[in-house]
Amino acid sequence: MSSNYQVIVVGAGHAGCEAALAAARLGCKTLIITMNLDTIAQLSCNPAIGGPAAKSHLVREIDALGGEMGKVIDQSFLNIRMLNLSRGPAVHALRAQADKRKYTAIMSLTLQSQENLHVRQGTVTELVVEDGQVRGVKLKSGVIIPGERVILATGTFLGGMIVIGDARYPGGREGEPSADQLSRNLSDLGFKLSRFQTATPPRVHADSVDYTKLTEQPGSERPIRFSFDSPLNQREQMPCWYTRTTDETIRVVRENLEHSPIKTGAVSGKGPRFCPSIDRKVLRFPDKLDHQIFLEPEGEYTKEIYCLGLTTAMPEHLQKLVVRSIPGLENAQIMRVGYAVEYDFIIPSQVKPTLESKLISGLFSAGQINGTSGYEEAAAQGIIAGINAAHSILGREPVIISRAQGYIGVLIDDLVTKGTDEPYRMTTSRAEYRLLLRQDNADLRLRPLGYKIGLIDQKRYQKVVDKENKIKETLAWLESVQVSPTKEVREKLISLGSGDLKKAVTLHEILQRPELSFADLAHFTTLPDLEPQIIEQVEIECKFKGYIERQVRQVEEFNRLEAIKIPQDFDYEKVTGLRLEAREKLQTIKPTSLGQAARIQGVSPGDIGVLMVLLKGENKDVSA
Amino acid sequence: MYNDTIAAIATPLGEGGIGIVRLSGPDALKIGDQVFRAKQNKKLKNLPTYTLAYGKIIDRDQKVVDEVIAAVMLKPKSYTGEDVVELQCHGGIVVIQKILDLVLSYGARLAEPGEFTKRAFLNGRIDLSQAEAVIDVIRSKTELSLDLAVQQLEGSLSNRIQEMREKLYDIIVRIEASIDFPEDDIPDVEYSEMKEILADIHQDITRLLATADSGKVLREGLKTVITGKPNVGKSSLLNRLLNENRALVTDIPGTTRDVIEEVLNLQGIPLRLLDTAGIRESDDLVEQMGVERAIQLIDEADLVLHVLDASSELTEDDFSLLEKTAKKQRVLIVNKIDLPEKWSIDVLPQDAKIVKTSLVRDSLDPVIDTIIGLIKSGYVQQKQEGAIITRSRHKQLLSLALADLEQAQETLSNNLPVDLIAIGLQGALEHLGEITGETVRDNMIDRIFEQFCIGK
Repeated sequence: MSSNYQVIVVGAGHAGCEAALAAARLGCKTLIITMNLDTIAQLSCNPAIGGPAAKSHLVREIDALGGEMGKVIDQSFLNIRMLNLSRGPAVHALRAQADKRKYTAIMSLTLQSQENLHVRQGTVTELVVEDGQVRGVKLKSGVIIPGERVILATGTFLGGMIVIGDARYPGGREGEPSADQLSRNLSDLGFKLSRFQTATPPRVHADSVDYTKLTEQPGSERPIRFSFDSPLNQREQMPCWYTRTTDETIRVVRENLEHSPIKTGAVSGKGPRFCPSIDRKVLRFPDKLDHQIFLEPEGEYTKEIYCLGLTTAMPEHLQKLVVRSIPGLENAQIMRVGYAVEYDFIIPSQVKPTLESKLISGLFSAGQINGTSGYEEAAAQGIIAGINAAHSILGREPVIISRAQGYIGVLIDDLVTKGTDEPYRMTTSRAEYRLLLRQDNADLRLRPLGYKIGLIDQKRYQKVVDKENKIKETLAWLESVQVSPTKEVREKLISLGSGDLKKAVTLHEILQRPELSFADLAHFTTLPDLEPQIIEQVEIECKFKGYIERQVRQVEEFNRLEAIKIPQDFDYEKVTGLRLEAREKLQTIKPTSLGQAARIQGVSPGDIGVLMVLLKGENKDVSA
Repeated sequence: MYNDTIAAIATPLGEGGIGIVRLSGPDALKIGDQVFRAKQNKKLKNLPTYTLAYGKIIDRDQKVVDEVIAAVMLKPKSYTGEDVVELQCHGGIVVIQKILDLVLSYGARLAEPGEFTKRAFLNGRIDLSQAEAVIDVIRSKTELSLDLAVQQLEGSLSNRIQEMREKLYDIIVRIEASIDFPEDDIPDVEYSEMKEILADIHQDITRLLATADSGKVLREGLKTVITGKPNVGKSSLLNRLLNENRALVTDIPGTTRDVIEEVLNLQGIPLRLLDTAGIRESDDLVEQMGVERAIQLIDEADLVLHVLDASSELTEDDFSLLEKTAKKQRVLIVNKIDLPEKWSIDVLPQDAKIVKTSLVRDSLDPVIDTIIGLIKSGYVQQKQEGAIITRSRHKQLLSLALADLEQAQETLSNNLPVDLIAIGLQGALEHLGEITGETVRDNMIDRIFEQFCIGK
């Protein structure tokens, strides 16, 4: 049992699973420890993956790098839809409702089948640390498991405290114990911890819902998947349902606000603003007379229905009143009550962009422990922590994804550079180069990196190379074919709802007309036979060329500062030209590049000017 | 190394008979040739390095702006290591400014403070120790220009920029909220409504740009007032600082009747020095006017150099003036310590910056060091409006904001998705924000949560 592992992953949630798989697949002898083998990759809140734009982008990026989340949801979804279709290619958002048991089962089996990976149950109470270097973990049983690297992915379990109404008791998830000793151990090791909270709505019994009062939300008719490798076959889906709150809901909540944890103060940690409880929504937006509610099935082998929009930790009898005030739920049977959970997290300025700790060498952290919220955000950190833990053992360069390469980069950079004062969730407005970081091109952006790391095999890599070549080839072809303003062409254009043509232009220019699609070009030439994914890229690259080029130029500008590296032992105290505030912030965060330094709040362009001159000097000294 | 061409006025403002506009970068010659017509019709791009050409600066309407000498220094052996063109004109702040605006309109970018030196260093033309000497300049000027951005824009100009930003911000927040939270019921922004709002903002920016050309040109620098009772040595201080005799020095109180203004480059930090008439209660009408003016100037000053006489007892005048200057960032200069001292500096406020000196005998270094120290501490900030560099910067930023807005309008009229419209709008918002020194992205999410009921 106590054999020597290269990587030990603590926690088997979404971060832990990706971390363990990445490390094992890179050839490291890996152990993943979970408090309960039956809750691997549990979808503790909403059993859905993706949804808001940037989350689906993260899943595709994880997939492009060779992660597992996209594949698992593709095998386990009950309902899948593409949202935001009218709002632009960069913000299309894929959302899938998962069968929560199937999701857990598939991920669990994937872990158990993975070469180099041991999966076991156990509760870690302490880290074994010698001379600032992690050496392994100690279990509740007293057993010590030696390991060269440890990845903490403890989710909401560190010092977890559950709140329902006035009741408050330790727990990491309803019905499961918290990890209090490990939390104390981290404090003792010098980590600065803080507390966040998150909450979940009640679940009701499917047979107690009156579906005649609900609006059905069918899944997408067109087959769509998260993973670039999943087969695109048609599959039977379960509908989700839609309803709204009533005056009665608002009344019940308003009259009982004094019992809400937000008023009683039963919850002290800061919660995520994008997942407010129904209590908070009523309190903060008194003029909004109704709120939307989605009723979503949780799986094929359960009758539980998730009540999206009804998050609350009010006392149980009030939850019942709130639920029953909603059309379709008049007779609903609550199977699980909503609750809030409060937990410790590591203030992320103590973490490097590689997700290794600044305090203890060889220790990594990923997921909610770093102050984020959401399965996708957790998984994204997990795969990076897994890769970097493995790379540090294998003596390879660390992998840091830049803000211009992917949302994973934006996520980690934001965390370690700016920190967060609420559970961090990814949104597209956090990314500077949104048009380049699309979910449709995540494979083109990150598969080559995944291949270089070794998580993407030759065959899958070749697929991307071929795709890229085909796109380039097609774009060049469009530029090379001229269309003359003949009578037929002009009439055809007008019949397609487009404008007249005065002089000869290329097909590329024709396709740039917003109202025309690639398929419309068949009227003017014989089109090559192309896969839909190629056509999609060609259309985006052609139609939005100007916008894309603009962002590409911005990225070049951005990369210039990113390229100026700052040595980790750089002594800011000695730089008299820096203002005091800047000096302190820089000393704490220890940015790896001038670009990262510039993003630290409290560091001014003047400070960057000073650093730039000094760093160029250092770099010169080094090369001389 | 760099792919853009920078330009700036290279000579200190308010001094000398010649003004130089310097261009550096890959397009320096091209831009130079667009504004410069040589006497013998020679093109700058055909000149050998380190050559001068005589000719005229022609504006976009083919009108002559000034007669100039153009100097061409080709890479790699120029100051910056890039192609450099210097246009030496007859000075005159208005003319230099016009030439700078002209080269900017042909695609040069206004240089950041210290940027020529930075490029020189990065291109290996000067070594680290030389470069370090300019760090302080980069530092103080950049900081100042940022403060300027915020503070200069008091009054209507700043309000107008703020209004435009608010309008833009509002619409972007609505777009971003709808994009980022597709499952929440956030209404789409109607294109027809957006069209009206953008046209409105377009008009605002165009109007503001039009005033930028006619706005009056002010000198750059921290407004520094030398004050003190008559005959304490204010003019001596001014003269020592300027090292020339512009203000009269006599022993008769009240001879410096009007306000004298000079621009001084103090270790790279530009100061506008104002010497006030001696302040004291006076019956003399002319002098009285001067005194009122002086008090008003203290109110407007960024920095006050208050001179006191150690050799004569402090009077009511001194104390009442000390009260007036107490609200300001000030240096108290206790002069005439070469004579028997009549009072101790213990009577002065404990926390004040005090220098004891004899302006006729001692080195000026302690005075200058104290002034520089105070400025670098960050407490001295410029309140005053419209320094030249910043004005050009504002104009350029407004033009960039306008171009971005027009791109958004075009995107909108082509019925393209909101996400693409947002790109132009974001750009416009960021450029306007650079004028007022505000960043956008970090606040965006806060705004979304303030305005919309997000959440499931």
